[in-house]
Amino acid sequence: MSARPPIARVRGLGAAREGVGHWSRQRLTAIANLLLVLWFVFSAVALAGAGYEEVRAWLAAPVSASLMILLIVSAFYHARLGLQVVVEDYVHHEPARLATLIAIPLVMTALAVIGIVAVLKVSLGS
Amino acid sequence: MVRSERPLSPHLQIYRWYLTMALSIGHRVTGIALALGLLLLTWWLLALASGPEAFATVQTVMRSWFGVLVLFIYTFVLFYHLGNGVRHLAWDAGYGFDPATAYRSGIGVLIFAGAATVLVWLVLAIAG
Repeated sequence: MSARPPIARVRGLGAAREGVGHWSRQRLTAIANLLLVLWFVFSAVALAGAGYEEVRAWLAAPVSASLMILLIVSAFYHARLGLQVVVEDYVHHEPARLATLIAIPLVMTALAVIGIVAVLKVSLGS
Repeated sequence: MVRSERPLSPHLQIYRWYLTMALSIGHRVTGIALALGLLLLTWWLLALASGPEAFATVQTVMRSWFGVLVLFIYTFVLFYHLGNGVRHLAWDAGYGFDPATAYRSGIGVLIFAGAATVLVWLVLAIAG
């Protein structure tokens, strides 16, 4: 199901050329973050005082590793969308605006990949 | 550009600050802070993957007074953005728009964020 009216697909998707895509992805990742962040906070509290081996064993478990990767994807994507809007609203100097709008998705994607590889390394034990 | 003779709306600093306005800008500010905080998550995961020494360094920093202060503020910021995000989702669905309800839900978000932060750190203090 799509929130986008069919006509939007035919025409140029509005002034931003992306229709409601940004808006709906922000909400989708918000709902995912709500659940995943609560899971992470509960886990972090449960791990209070735990040492390296305990924390590593926790993250290595398939359920924690999967949820952590989902959290990384959802949180970084949500942050990327949010930062983009802040820059679009407040940075008016065109070169700076363009440079930041290019840098944000690149940096956020890079950080997310680093995090995912770290989780996989712990989980798959290499 | 031709200057319009029509009246302009007053600039932002003309308005008296009120709660819903402060909470709204607060959602942005906390969002930016949380995005920066994702660096901490990445650092923590990297250290965990790197080995005991790297993880010990992260733990030493996070258990120092400054680390605890940052994490405490970060917990409040997280719960604030989470609670206020739910408030936004309710608005998106068309609920709670009238000023009285918006004011009350704003107070509710602040109470939730404060209570959840204190609860998390009480449990950490007892368990940690």
